[in-house]
Amino acid sequence: MWKKIFDWLDERLGLNDLYKNLLDRPEPKGMWWNTLGSASLFLFILQGVTGIFLTVYYTPSPDHAYDSINYIMQGVAFGWLIRGIHHWGATLMVIVVFIHMLRVFVTASFKYPREMTWLIGVGLFLLTLGMGFTGYLLPYDQKSFWATTVGTQIAGSVPFIGGFILKVLRGGSDISALTLQRFFAAHIWMLPAALAGLIGVHLYLIIKHGESHYPSKDE
Amino acid sequence: MPDSHLSRRDFIKATTFFVGGAITFVLGLPAIAYLIDPALHSTGKETWVPIGKLDQIPVGVPFPFSFTQVQVNGWERTSTSHGGFVVRKSDNPKDLIILNSRCTHLGCTVNWKSEANAFVCPCHDAKFDANGKVLAGPPPRPLDRYTNTRVADDGTLEILFAES
Repeated sequence: MWKKIFDWLDERLGLNDLYKNLLDRPEPKGMWWNTLGSASLFLFILQGVTGIFLTVYYTPSPDHAYDSINYIMQGVAFGWLIRGIHHWGATLMVIVVFIHMLRVFVTASFKYPREMTWLIGVGLFLLTLGMGFTGYLLPYDQKSFWATTVGTQIAGSVPFIGGFILKVLRGGSDISALTLQRFFAAHIWMLPAALAGLIGVHLYLIIKHGESHYPSKDE
Repeated sequence: MPDSHLSRRDFIKATTFFVGGAITFVLGLPAIAYLIDPALHSTGKETWVPIGKLDQIPVGVPFPFSFTQVQVNGWERTSTSHGGFVVRKSDNPKDLIILNSRCTHLGCTVNWKSEANAFVCPCHDAKFDANGKVLAGPPPRPLDRYTNTRVADDGTLEILFAES
């Protein structure tokens, strides 16, 4: 019965082909270091899911951002769990993505024909940092306010156009409601959309080229 | 005899399935609770609001009172003001009515005017008598009453206020 249903679906969706090409593809004899890309993907999805849940109660306004997060932590059932996972998952994701990048560098996996995979990966790392930077402001407490003050000032120290960059980041010369709102927009729409798109290309390239062999001593 | 040896591949598959299922379960159920949480809190809380010592409320003259109720919805606190009049007919603690000062026409606050011997609404000049009955003007019904009242042990008159 189930087999019949599965066969019917498989004939139309190509589930077995998908499985074979995505999950059963040949790998070089690997190490646990090779799983960090999948771990990054898992964390991205986890951050996406918990982030979506957080927007159910979070309000990106200076008057209520802190109160709404307080309410998530104290008032809502398992709010502490959802936000806790998002909070610690963010730190973990930066670490895991960075170690993943380090491993690719150390094993020289960025070489032909995988240069584009590497370059897109660099973009993914920068976007991950951007997610961390924009998400840090959202609780709108003292720590996040001053962290963003310093962070945007650093961007403002660029010669000639620094002042302009700072104003674009803050939505004006001060950290204000506009800053919080645009960081929120960047955090939940722009950066995740860019991340998701680039992850798609990154995965396509990995499946197309397969994973690299580790260089042997003779090479 | 079938080979009962569990291959490395099948072991990994089973482990992935089990761990994935556990994560889904551990995260999924709290997520549902998180989403439906506001619907699980009881609303329409009832509180006894003290109005004043009964023996200090005069007989015969409508006695004005007011109080503020704070309603909390998530992180938002809304305070609303309410007011009314205690009308004591005699010394008997039971022989009183408590009127809501909100005009039944458009919600303005009525005041007791002793020279008119009536509650007068400033908005459309509606008049109610001491029992809340409409004497003149557009209101569709008499003034509302707080009907759930009690006198506490220390002689304080209290009314039951129910959140909407």
